[in-house]
Amino acid sequence: MEILLAIITGVLYASGIYMIMRRSMVKLILGIILLGNGVNLLIFVLGRITKGEPPIIDSAEKVLEGVYADPIPQALILTAIVISFGLQAFAIILMKRTFKVLKTDDLDQLNTTDEDS
Amino acid sequence: MLEAVLLGFLFSLFLVFAGSYFRGRLAVLSSLIPLSLFIYFSTFISEIADGKVIYENHEWIPSFGVNLSFTLDGLALLFALMITGVGTLVFVYTSAYLKDHKYLDRFYGYLSLFMAAMLGLVLSDNLMTMFIFWELTSISSFYLIGFNNDKEDSRKSALIALGVTGIGGLMLLGGAVLLGDVAGTYRISEMLSSREAIADSSHYVLILFFIFSAAFTKSAQFPFHFWLPGAMKAPTPVSTYLHSATMVKAGVYLLFRMSPVLNGAEIWHTVLIVVGGVTMIYSAIHIIFRTDLKGILAYSTISALGILVFLIGIGTQAALIAAAVFIVVHALYKASLFLITGIIDHETGTRDVTQLAGLRKVLLPVAIAGFIAALISGGVPPTLGFVGKDLIYESTLHFKDNAILLTIIALSTNVLLFYAGFVAGVKPFIGKLPKKFEKVHLPSPLMWVPPLIMTCAGLVFGLFPGLIETAIAKPIAMTQALQFEDFHLKLWHGFNTILALSATTLILGTVLYFVLKPKHSLENTIAKLDVIAPKTLLLNLSEGFAVFSKYWTNIFQTGYLRHYLFIIVSFLILLLGYLIFSDFSLKIDTSSLADLTIYEISILIMLLLGVLYTVFTKSRLAAVASLGVVGLSFSLLFLFYSAPDLAMTQFSVDTLTVILFVLVLYRLPKYLNLSDSRLRIKHGILSVSFGVLITLLILKVLGETKNTEVTEFYAENAYKLAKGKNIVNVILVDFRGIDTMIEISVLIVAALGVFGLLKLRLKTKDKK
Amino acid sequence: MRTLILKSASSYLIPVLLIFSVFILLRGHYLPGGGFVGGLVAAIAFVLDAFSNGLEKTKTILKIHPGFLMPLGLLVAFLSGISPMVFSDLPFMTGIWAENPIPVIGAIGSALFFDLGVYLVVIGAALTIIFTISESA
Repeated sequence: MEILLAIITGVLYASGIYMIMRRSMVKLILGIILLGNGVNLLIFVLGRITKGEPPIIDSAEKVLEGVYADPIPQALILTAIVISFGLQAFAIILMKRTFKVLKTDDLDQLNTTDEDS
Repeated sequence: MLEAVLLGFLFSLFLVFAGSYFRGRLAVLSSLIPLSLFIYFSTFISEIADGKVIYENHEWIPSFGVNLSFTLDGLALLFALMITGVGTLVFVYTSAYLKDHKYLDRFYGYLSLFMAAMLGLVLSDNLMTMFIFWELTSISSFYLIGFNNDKEDSRKSALIALGVTGIGGLMLLGGAVLLGDVAGTYRISEMLSSREAIADSSHYVLILFFIFSAAFTKSAQFPFHFWLPGAMKAPTPVSTYLHSATMVKAGVYLLFRMSPVLNGAEIWHTVLIVVGGVTMIYSAIHIIFRTDLKGILAYSTISALGILVFLIGIGTQAALIAAAVFIVVHALYKASLFLITGIIDHETGTRDVTQLAGLRKVLLPVAIAGFIAALISGGVPPTLGFVGKDLIYESTLHFKDNAILLTIIALSTNVLLFYAGFVAGVKPFIGKLPKKFEKVHLPSPLMWVPPLIMTCAGLVFGLFPGLIETAIAKPIAMTQALQFEDFHLKLWHGFNTILALSATTLILGTVLYFVLKPKHSLENTIAKLDVIAPKTLLLNLSEGFAVFSKYWTNIFQTGYLRHYLFIIVSFLILLLGYLIFSDFSLKIDTSSLADLTIYEISILIMLLLGVLYTVFTKSRLAAVASLGVVGLSFSLLFLFYSAPDLAMTQFSVDTLTVILFVLVLYRLPKYLNLSDSRLRIKHGILSVSFGVLITLLILKVLGETKNTEVTEFYAENAYKLAKGKNIVNVILVDFRGIDTMIEISVLIVAALGVFGLLKLRLKTKDKK
Repeated sequence: MRTLILKSASSYLIPVLLIFSVFILLRGHYLPGGGFVGGLVAAIAFVLDAFSNGLEKTKTILKIHPGFLMPLGLLVAFLSGISPMVFSDLPFMTGIWAENPIPVIGAIGSALFFDLGVYLVVIGAALTIIFTISESA
């Protein structure tokens, strides 16, 4: 199973990088989201995969024992998901404003800091 | 001593706030700072003369061995007295010289900053703090040289000076680190005990290279001498203080200080003698070609610095004492000559020596000071200059090899310096007063008393050399000598070779003065040789460097995101690829594939299709929708693999993201195929190879055993310590609560950013 | 998007979603859930309401601008962090608990209030973003 997930992670990285290298701003943002998902999956897979054993202590027990999924990558990814929501929102709005002001979404036309060009 | 060093810094800080009070008549009061320091250091004279050394240590960064440790011995005391003494006179002089200048307070701020840094430099016993003070002197001198910052010349000279001395400072750092490594301490006083270890170390030559580079750049030795004449663009008090009396001697001080530690090998002596010798004769010859008073003084200063380096290179006790005495002599007469030049410039408006004459009729006290200064500079008895010159000849005559050659070099340099002193100190005052200078009048005593004081000191010390001997020469000899021999400074040695040499110097110098007249034609002749001067070469080098860096930057800083990313990713691929393939042993565990369920497979296929469709679709809406599919697949994936919290969060966020996109999408531009297919293929290959590498990396990591220490801690203690059973949540709100707090703050910032971008409208007039 | 079906469904769905979000928040310490998810669910509830009944109406339900929930939440989280310093003389962010557990919620402790702060911030941030965008779209 891990093999398949590793391949999926590679696909996510590749497509994320590819999309970021496009000239269109919309694609840039889609690329960032894909790459972010790829990173989440990378962390998740490196924490090893466990099926059906969430890291929750049984109501009768006091200590987590036996086989259980690693809670640390989960905690990391959980905040990453929420933060990436904030990042995506900001990026989308930034793009929207840029488009409104400059009337272009071609990244190649944004490579100068001069206001008049 | 720490207080003494800090006083100057505090005063300059104080001037930032209270500067306006020191711009007018009160300006002269600021000289109380160096004066009080001078008195403070004078109280140590008798103690130091008895051979005592005072240590003081304040911890700063003890773990690195960097501490504010100060030593007051003969050498440090000489420099401290010179810095504060000349400082006092320069401070007084400035109050009249720059009277009513708009930025007088600023000038005082820089001056006292410099003074404090210089004091710190000579008192430091720790090489690291010495380096810091060293750089501070470079920086404050940058401001002082460029004080007339509305002139391009000044700014350029300041930059050159900063560049040259700044590089020297870095060299000092390099030398300090190496020395600290070899000796095991940064304290100079402790390095003395590992003298042999340093000389035997394989880094010895490198250490010498670093220390020499630092000293030669700071003390304007050939071929780094060119920044000093340029630095004469600064107001005269700066030239007096920094570029003749104190800062340029920092390099000499460094050599002096390190000499007992480093002079174990022959190379130390050879390099110093050669560099010092070349510098002293090279710049002494330059004097002949100059007509600007300050130019003459600048070159004679370089020459004098050359003599000092030369003497330290000879390194016998006699030579070191000669150097110590010559430092005093030079400070006294050169500072006076600079101040006198300043007065002439201030009152007549010119420094061209061919035009100046007869000024004694209008500037009598200045003329007296100039005359005495010329006598000291020429080494005419009974001034201190004579004592100094005798000592120089004594040390060259008794050097073990090439004594004759060295003596001849010293003799010719001295003759030229004699000439320089008389051109600067005597020539402007004698002869017939030109008409245009008849209205010149004597400036405020604040300006002409300081040079008079210094020249008189030179006379007094010459008549009673015992004063210098007990207070300075002997304590310095004790800091240097391994075995100390007693000696006496005298005016009269009896009839011997040295006296003959001194007499020859006087006669030749006088002849030269009468034969050779400064002429503009001579100056123009030498200007033709500027093409091969070290200065031109260096400036060309720096220009070439600028061209190269522009070229280099243009390659890498294109302003196109895809170029940056391309370079970064290619580099990562190379690095990762090398790491993975250099040790390629992939253990793939296929056993887990056996119990794949149909659900898992369908989720993975959905995920894969979603990703690929997002990349290849031509419709924006389809891309967003398939991105939603990717998110949902993720949340199912998390659900399958024991991460219910993640599944819930991913699901909610995915919903919100799609809503977000849909809200904005109508306002967005249509998808355009902007790149051509060649570029797409290139990027495709790069991305795919990166993806493959990431996959390989994961597989490689999965082959290793996992460290579960932290995980086990959380599993063990989640309920015991935090009374929670959902460990993910316990980590978030309890174990790593502060992280979470910062994360929600980031979320707030993002939300505020969105709010600001959309709600804040620029007013029309702000837009333009 | 103001369809009748959505409108009538949402009038039942929204209270349920809100109660659900609080439920998720409270059980977070023992079972899957917590402040992040709870906040997102609550935000979705309000967004749903805005879609079916119009943004203005949702705003009147909320009474205050959702942006104010962000500093409020941060304050709650911070106060829960310093409460051990005030009450028990323990370092910042040490968990403290009340003596007796309450039914359904379980033991009340500073961690719960911290989660409440996270909950409020997430609602505030998500709603600020979505509302701002839909207002200007």
